[in-house]
Amino acid sequence: MNVTGGSVFQVLQSVLVVLIAPLMLGWVNQCRAWLQNKSGAGIWQPYKVLNKLFHKDVVLAHGASPLFRATPYILFGCMWLAVGIVPVLATSLPFAPAADVIALVGLFALARVFVSLAGMDVGTSFGTLGARREMMIGFLAEPAMLMTLFTASLISQSTSLVTIVETLGQRELVIYPSMAFAAVAFLMVLLAENARIPIDNPATHLELTMIHEAMILEYSARHLALIEWATSLKLTAYVAIGIAIFVPWGIAAAGDWAALPLALAALALKLLAAGAGLALLETVSAKMRIFRAPEFLGTAFLLATLGMLTHFLLER
Amino acid sequence: MDLPLIQAAIQPVDAAVTLAAAWIALGVIGLAFMRAPQVVTGIVFPAGALVSLALAVTGLWAISASPSSAILPAGLPDLPFHVRVDALSGFFLLLLGGVSFGISLFSAGYFRGTAAATLGLLNLQYHVFLASMAFVLIANDAYLFMITWESMALSSYFLVTTEHHDEGNRKAGFIYLLVAHIGAIAILLCFGVLDGGRGDYTFDALRGADLTGFWATVAFLLAFFGFGAKAGMLPLHVWLPEAHPAAPSPVSALMSGVMLKTAIYGMVRFFYDLIGVIRWEWGLTVLLVGAATSLFGVLFALMQHDLKRLLAYHSVENIGIILIGIGLSMVFIGSGHLVPGVLGLIAGLYHTLNHAVFKGLLFLGAGAILKSTGLRNLNEMGGLIRYLPHTALYFLIGALAISALPPLNGFVSEWLTFQASLQAPLLQSSVVRSLVPIVAAVLALSGALTGMCFVKVYGIAFLGQRRHEFETAPREASRWERAGMLWLALACFALGLLPVFAIGELNKVAIAITGIGLGEEAMASGWLWLAPTTGAQASYSPVVFLLVIAAVFGLTFLVVRYFYHGRLRRSDPWDCGFPEQTARMQDSADAFGQPIRQIFEPVYRIRREIPRADDREPVFRQSVEDRHWYAMYLPIARFSEFLSSRIGKVQQGRISIYLLYSFLTLIALLVFAQ
Amino acid sequence: MNLPLHAQLINLFAALLLLLAFAMLTQRRIRSLINLFALQGFVLVLSTAVVAYSTDQLHLYVSAGVTLGLKVLLLPWIMHHLIRALNVRWDVETTIDIPSTMLIGIVLVIFAFNLAAPISQFAGTITKSTLGIATACILLAFLMMITRRKAVSQVIGFLAMENGLFFAATSATYGMPMVVELGIALDVLVGTLIFGVFFFHIRETFESLDIHHLEKLKER
Repeated sequence: MNVTGGSVFQVLQSVLVVLIAPLMLGWVNQCRAWLQNKSGAGIWQPYKVLNKLFHKDVVLAHGASPLFRATPYILFGCMWLAVGIVPVLATSLPFAPAADVIALVGLFALARVFVSLAGMDVGTSFGTLGARREMMIGFLAEPAMLMTLFTASLISQSTSLVTIVETLGQRELVIYPSMAFAAVAFLMVLLAENARIPIDNPATHLELTMIHEAMILEYSARHLALIEWATSLKLTAYVAIGIAIFVPWGIAAAGDWAALPLALAALALKLLAAGAGLALLETVSAKMRIFRAPEFLGTAFLLATLGMLTHFLLER
Repeated sequence: MDLPLIQAAIQPVDAAVTLAAAWIALGVIGLAFMRAPQVVTGIVFPAGALVSLALAVTGLWAISASPSSAILPAGLPDLPFHVRVDALSGFFLLLLGGVSFGISLFSAGYFRGTAAATLGLLNLQYHVFLASMAFVLIANDAYLFMITWESMALSSYFLVTTEHHDEGNRKAGFIYLLVAHIGAIAILLCFGVLDGGRGDYTFDALRGADLTGFWATVAFLLAFFGFGAKAGMLPLHVWLPEAHPAAPSPVSALMSGVMLKTAIYGMVRFFYDLIGVIRWEWGLTVLLVGAATSLFGVLFALMQHDLKRLLAYHSVENIGIILIGIGLSMVFIGSGHLVPGVLGLIAGLYHTLNHAVFKGLLFLGAGAILKSTGLRNLNEMGGLIRYLPHTALYFLIGALAISALPPLNGFVSEWLTFQASLQAPLLQSSVVRSLVPIVAAVLALSGALTGMCFVKVYGIAFLGQRRHEFETAPREASRWERAGMLWLALACFALGLLPVFAIGELNKVAIAITGIGLGEEAMASGWLWLAPTTGAQASYSPVVFLLVIAAVFGLTFLVVRYFYHGRLRRSDPWDCGFPEQTARMQDSADAFGQPIRQIFEPVYRIRREIPRADDREPVFRQSVEDRHWYAMYLPIARFSEFLSSRIGKVQQGRISIYLLYSFLTLIALLVFAQ
Repeated sequence: MNLPLHAQLINLFAALLLLLAFAMLTQRRIRSLINLFALQGFVLVLSTAVVAYSTDQLHLYVSAGVTLGLKVLLLPWIMHHLIRALNVRWDVETTIDIPSTMLIGIVLVIFAFNLAAPISQFAGTITKSTLGIATACILLAFLMMITRRKAVSQVIGFLAMENGLFFAATSATYGMPMVVELGIALDVLVGTLIFGVFFFHIRETFESLDIHHLEKLKER
């Protein structure tokens, strides 16, 4: 891996993914609309929303602290780093050794803690409600995610995402049953962490049913735009992690210009399929009662742990 | 470190002894200057801080230097005190010195305003406490060890009951002393087992003892029980949530931050050094107890609304995490895999240092809040970030560190512990191999729960609207207090951003204890990338983390303002149509913990007082209690009362009976002597 | 570790069976329970077919066919018919709550794995490690029978246990003698029919299928 080639790939990946993340969200929403027999707002709608929000003036509550104002930027920074680390387009990027799967989970935890603190900052009941519920979801989702990633790590004997992708992608097709468990658990965690149905309805306007939206209720204008963008980045990052671990074929090596078009095409295809699948899943499920969510996530956690145990038994 | 001239003259052990003695001297001086409290707070405590710093430097020196020992002129004629400083003691001296530096600086400001008499005694007890801990770490024979262990317990008891007019504090002190002594008896018995009746109690002799399997296990169990009682592991943790809140805040910081670590030092010293040969079954015990302790601690911490009690329960949790690291290490070493064992040991020791730093910081923050506002109950705090901005910043750093979030220090030690647990496929026994992922899962769970707890603490204490009306606005902490907290916050950053240096030092400690280290590739990646095994296997760079997030932060800020604008206006928060939003509409501390209370209900013992429907002044009370009191301690207490009441019948009260006892004993001895 | 494709498939099916066993443990709705049971039967059919293909034992194809007819088609149809007739839709709360059930399930899985580890050394097939999973499926089905309150779920647990046994037989020992096979299938069918009859009796006597009512039958 030559340094310049790697750096170019790094910049390309980071910028590209950040720019297309709202498109991913738009695609998912459009698919949902189609499945519900509506015409939908178009796949470019999130960009229009972001543009509109950036133009507005920030309306800040009287009691908001510097933490409240800094959080959207911190959140955006964390998500940018996350998509820079996950091997979306290419492996062996310069930033990739900066964090392995454990640090990636820690990065998402950092973002979650900051946004929860921001939710508690203004001192209204909705903010604290959202923060409390978000942490409740988080405390089960984070270990489940970690266990899922550990299953992949045990197979590839490494926690570095690069090595995982290379091990799982470049081998001939081997079916790992523990990955079956891990895949189900990962899907459940993805739904929970990104506030999709059946955990949380991203399109709800009823405050008492909100989890994620309640925390960011007080944000407006550019702050809200950054948070919405960061949310779509988080969804893209999670989907990218799922792709990298479960369907890693087509990812280029950094600096390998010849493989880049194939990597781009494979990425586009996978994201389209993932978005459509997510929309389908959301359409056929109903939102759960809030206290069924810990059961849901507890199941994910235990499935992930079971995956690890299955690895020890079946794949010694 | 090679300073040939000085090395010939001074050894680390001499420096350590001198500094510890200096602390005792400072304690006495403070007592002498009791009438002038400004001297005590302005000179004696800062001088103690300087001694701490020197001790930290000595510790760092000792990690790289070869072990040095000495015999002190104190003690009984036939039993002099032996002292020795090797890499392990050096590491813990570094911990003691580094953390107490910040705490002593804080105390210089915190104790301003206490009554002169109390202050003099407090100063003496404080410095004797510090000196005892230093001596425990360098003691080289059982005699000095037990004496200093005892003085550590006694001086901290007096510190805990500083405000002895409060009955709760007196009871807390009693429980503390009781459990400390039960532990001390176990340690004493362990020394006896190690000695094996030969009569020579120096550590060198104890090291050389060749114990059979059964006696080695007995020694392990006694040491584990004894040091575990001091460390606060399950089920001997009950004194921690009572004693730590009762003490003044800097003392709580010292107890949680440093004293619990002397117990960990004792465990490492006994298991790895004195007993010598480690069995994997012992490691499994330590591992499982550690996992249970960590989960238990954090679940109870989530239920507390007293800030200091909450922090005390978190100490229980973190001791559990340290024990997980040490347990993993023992399992690997006991099964013959030495390098993963060393990784586990380094993870455990790193977490020891990290916990000392961030827990000290958090307790100091709680102390600053208490001093400025007089509040200890989270349900009464709120919006303090406006009044105490510096304290809020330092407390935030401590909260992020304890929640194991990158790029701070708590994350590094958890990361290392996970890396050690992922080496589990090397093990042969399938039972252990299946249990290690479960333990990793428990560790992940308690880490996530800690994050939830500190969102609750920080959000309710510092953010939001204030729940208490102050007569005078609270003032920020004084400069000494801020300096102490700043030192510890910087340490959190340093340990988080530059872990490779710390691991280099810990590697030397591990080599000194077990004989092998992590290997050349561990240090080969340079200071920027932490890769304890190989770069391809796992790597982490906190500096890159921080730089990228900061760069994106700054870039986004500027770009948005360039392309759009930066206008802002203030307004009322969204009230959903309610006419008046009061501070009561926010979550209280107990409300934030409600999901956990509901999910984990079987773990707690919850007592509720629900008002009747026709009550004129309805009151709802809820208390969450520890089952251990009712399941374990109360039956034991009742049984010992029963026993003692039976034995008490011996005391008749009549003099003739007592004379009869003496007479019978005399007859018995005469018969026996025949 | 590069096992031949059919061994990998069998491992995958084993994992799916375990997944389905867990899913059945946590299901509240009885209709979904029956569907999961049918799905488990289908996975079993596939696994038997793969074993038959790789070892060229024709009688296993017959066995797979019998399983398909019985466990995927006939029995679930009978169960669906039963619950419609009895008007049973949802299970009430289980005896112990779902997270605890799952925790006990995990402990049982670890126990089963450790139990099977030395035994699987002696098996002659490539996929001997699936014995642990089969044992785990049996234990989980048993757990399901214990923790459920409605009688229908208990019957499904009984049938799922038989699934686990069947899987153990096909994967570890390449099938049972045909006679044994047919005998067990007949027993299962007859058993289900008898259970069905009993359900109606229970419902008539107690007005409900909650088995706690059966406790009224004790002496004191």
